[in-house]
This record gives sequence, C-alpha cells and structure tokens, in this order.
Amino acid sequence: MKKHFLTSDSIFQFICIVILIALCIVTLYPVWYIMCASFTSNTYLVSHPGVLLRPHGFTLGSYKLALTHPLLLSGYKNILIVLFISLPINILLTLFTGYFLASKKVLFKPVLQFMILFTMFFSGGMIPAYLNVRDLGLYNTLWALILPGALSVYNSIICKTAIEAMPDSLSESASIDGANDITILFRIVLPLIKPTIAVLLLYYGVGHWNAWFNAAIYLQDNEKLPIQNIMRAILIANSNILNSAAAENDQVNQFAESIKYATIMLTTIPILCIYPFLQKYFVKGVMIGAVKG
Amino acid sequence: MRSPAIKQTNTHSFSKTLAKDWDRNKWKYILMVPVIVYLILFCYKPMYGLIMAFQNFKISRGISGSAWADPWYKWFENFITDPYFPRIIKNTFTLSGLTILFSFPAPIILALLINEVKNKVFKRSVQTITYMPYFISMVVLCGMINVYCKQDGLFSQIAVALGGTAQNYLASPDYFRTIYVLSDIWQKIGWDSIIYLAAISAIDQEQYEAARVDGANRFQQMLRITLPGLVPIIMILLILRLGGILNVGYEKVLLLYNPSTYDVADVISTYTYRLSFPTSGTPMYSKSTAIGLFNTLVNVVFLVTTNAISKRTTQSSVF
Repeated sequence: MKKHFLTSDSIFQFICIVILIALCIVTLYPVWYIMCASFTSNTYLVSHPGVLLRPHGFTLGSYKLALTHPLLLSGYKNILIVLFISLPINILLTLFTGYFLASKKVLFKPVLQFMILFTMFFSGGMIPAYLNVRDLGLYNTLWALILPGALSVYNSIICKTAIEAMPDSLSESASIDGANDITILFRIVLPLIKPTIAVLLLYYGVGHWNAWFNAAIYLQDNEKLPIQNIMRAILIANSNILNSAAAENDQVNQFAESIKYATIMLTTIPILCIYPFLQKYFVKGVMIGAVKG
Repeated sequence: MRSPAIKQTNTHSFSKTLAKDWDRNKWKYILMVPVIVYLILFCYKPMYGLIMAFQNFKISRGISGSAWADPWYKWFENFITDPYFPRIIKNTFTLSGLTILFSFPAPIILALLINEVKNKVFKRSVQTITYMPYFISMVVLCGMINVYCKQDGLFSQIAVALGGTAQNYLASPDYFRTIYVLSDIWQKIGWDSIIYLAAISAIDQEQYEAARVDGANRFQQMLRITLPGLVPIIMILLILRLGGILNVGYEKVLLLYNPSTYDVADVISTYTYRLSFPTSGTPMYSKSTAIGLFNTLVNVVFLVTTNAISKRTTQSSVF
C-alpha cells in the first residue's frame, strides 16, 4: 500500500486525536483550576474571579489552615477510623460470601444464595434503615457509617467470579490432603485472587472516602462528621461551620475562598494518586461486574 | 434455581443428608454466620420496617404500638393525590431520560475514538485522564459546580466574554438539567467506556483485514465493523439502565438543588428525604416509607420486565 500524507484515514485519525485532546482538556482544566486556586492568595481570588491558568501570589496559607483547623482535622481522623475498621470487615465478608457462592455441592446454597441476591433488588428504603440504625443504638456513632454497608453483594459477585476462574484441582487436592475450608480460603484462594482483592479494596475504599449521605442522616455532632460532610458544609451550604469551631476567626476569614480549594485538593489527591496504579486491575473488575449484571 | 442435593432424600434419610452436608461443608456455613447476621440486621430487619407504610407510625410508640392506617392504602393514596406528585414523577423521568439520551451514548463514542488512535502512550494517557473524574467525590464535584456557577464564577465570566450576562446558573431552573447531565457525562464518560473498549478488543481482527482488502477506510470500518460488534453489549447495558429508570442520582440532586429550582429538580427520592428530615415540623415517616416502597416496587417491575425482554432478545439476563 502506498502512503499518502493526506489520506482520508489520516484526516479521520487527526480529527479523533483533536477531539480526544479537547476532552482531556475539559477533564483536566477544572481540576487544574482547583489546584491553582488552592495555592493562590485569597485577595487575588476575590478580585479576579474567572479563568486561572497558574497560581498567583503563591501561598501555602490555606493548606496550613486546612491541616490545623480542628474540624477539618477531626474530619480526616473520622474517615480514617471508618476506613481502618471498615475495610477489613468489608473484605472478609466479601471473601466469605464469594467463596460460599462459588462453592459446589452445598445443601443450603440455593436458599442462602437467594437470601443474598434478594437484597440487591429489594430493600426497606431510607426511613426503615434510619430507624433500624436508631434501634440498634448506632445513631450518632461512627458504627453507623461502618456496619450498614459492611457487605456489597455486587462486590461479592465479583469475588465469586474470580474464585470460580481458579482451577478446581487446586482446592480439591488441598482438601484431599486434609485441609479444611478456612485453610483453603486463606492459603490457596486468597493469594491467587490478590488482584481482585486490590480492586475490591479500591471500590470499598473509594466508596467510604466519598460517602456523605449516611453521615448526614446518622450523625449529629460536627466533631463526628467525616471530611466529606465538613466539605459539604463549606462548599455547598456555605456555612460558617469553620468559624464557629475555630479559635482564630480572622484566619478563617482571610482564607475563606482559598480554603475551599485546599480542602478539595487534600481530599481528592490521595485517591487520584492511587487509582492509576490499580488501573489494569479495576478494568478487569468492571468487566466482571458488567458481565454479571 | 438449582436444587442439587435435595433429591437425594429418596435414598438417604434427610438427617443423614444433613449430617453429611454438615461434615463436608461446616466451615463454609460457619464462615457465612457473620454474613447472615449482617443480612438479617441491616437488610431484612429494615424490610420489616416497611410495615410503617401501612400504619400511622409514631416514633414514640414504635412499629408494634402504632395504629394501622385506615384504609390500608391511605399513604399510597395520599402520595398519588399529593399536589407535588405530578412534579416529582415528571422530574424523575425527565432527568433519568435525559441521562439515558446523552450520558449513555457518550462513552460509546469515546471508546470508538480511543480505538482509532494507534499511539499506545497517547491512548493510555487519554484513558487514565478520563477515568479520573470518576474518583472525585459527589460532594467535591458539586462543590466545584457551585464554584463555577456562581454569579462571578467561571461560567459567568465566559458568558460575559461571549457577550452574555453574568448570573448564578444554579439558581435558575433553566440550567439545572443541563448542569446535571453535562456533569454526569464529565464524571462517568471515561469509566463507562472501559466496558466498550474491552468489547472492542474482543472483535475478530480478520474482519478489519477483509474490509481493508475491500477498500474500506478507517471511518467506514468503525461504522460497519466496530459499532455493530458493540451492539450486543450496548443492548444489555441499555436494557439494564432502563430497568433502573427511577434511580436518579439523588445524592447529586440533593447537593445541587435549592428551593428556586425545585420545579425542575425535585425527584421522588429528594421529596422523600424532605418528608423524612424536614427542617421544621414533624417528619412524615409513614408517607415517606410508602413512597419508598412504591419506588422499590416500580423498580422491581421495570427490572423484571426489562430482564425478560433482554432474555428473549439478547439471550443474556441478570437472573
């Protein structure tokens, strides 16, 4: 085949690339804007609203404030506590459920399977769940953020699919050697599905980190709120929640605009740093999830 | 549903089967104990709470002490005759419909475009960049929208530069739907394209070879081979999406709407939320539970119907 400089194919490819670059700019600019604004002095932000291409009057003041403000600190602390307790529970329950759903020749599997899958399609709804949390005495405790979502059936199906993809002979030969299910699960299955566990950690972790609704209805005290709810107060309700808790009101006012951007950066950067490394794994996870419903 | 072991009861006694099953699978059952406790406490116990939908529930009396509603469908009738009923039903279907119309095809187009790029590094970079917004939290996304839509925000500045007037876009009912749908595309286009890219990579390469021999250019190959190759997965995802038509992203609506945009933004779940957690007055728990139950049932009906259609047309189904 002869190569022309301007074939219809090369024009088409050029158009595709231009559209994709435009999409990348549209995706990146809002985030770039937030980053620039977080380093920009408050006075500049107030006097020059609109397009920002780089930080002006570089300052770390809003970050300093964000990292020392008691309410923001407690917000980070609370979400870290939630993650620290939730993730092991999430992964264990998901692993147990996945292992059970993938197992064969179990008498009560159909019953339990129905009981598990039914919850995917039918639920009590907002108010019964809310009153249930109150009844169980979890209201206004961090447990209200940990226990109600301890298991995602969807994720356990991903886990089940990964376990099913393993060759049967592995666990069979182990059980002939006298290994019980716990040994098989933790010594043989778990090491082999590590990539899936990484994806599940990402799914659950991002889910907890980004959640705010449960905290909004289950928690009463500002000191117990996770960071997203503090951010909601600052960014969306424009409340003076920070002023009322801070000793140095002047400092908060001084950074009223730019602290918004600094907190956005501080809550978003951790996840944005992690996900590219897990990309090839979660791509797999999405496919399994989509195939199974 | 399969029932493998139950038929054996003819030959063995049932207790023998049980004993054998326990002997063989006891650790599997023991591992499931925490899962079952979880399901009962946090999934099935709230379902019992649905009784509230048929009661005049008083929180001080609890479910067992509250009187039954008279007639039993009182709260459902109350919901359907509610002056806000037409508004929230219309908004729910409109927002859901607009999302299906615009957000659903966007990742398909993106996947087709990415597939046309030959440079591996550029391809991977585009993918990584477009996946990013998916990891930004709803609060931050809506916070960013808030900042950009302000009276003196980015959008107003751009509008002024183009000869328009500055305004607070979130306060205007005219823009709510556009903001909702565009930000939805922005956040999910990359993530949702993953599945289509995977489907594209499974298309038989020989078809392209044959098309090239026949003189088809890349654009024609995209329209005649890649796109038809995607049709099955598009159909499955579309049917599943239609099955959840009442599931509007209420967290986002809650974060973005305000009383001046209720006319176009208030959906079933946000209305239930305001009934349950009113800023003043008594919460209407029974009515809110009834609406929730109505919502769940409609969803189940939609899901079962679309699943049946899907089973018949594409041979793939959820159950």
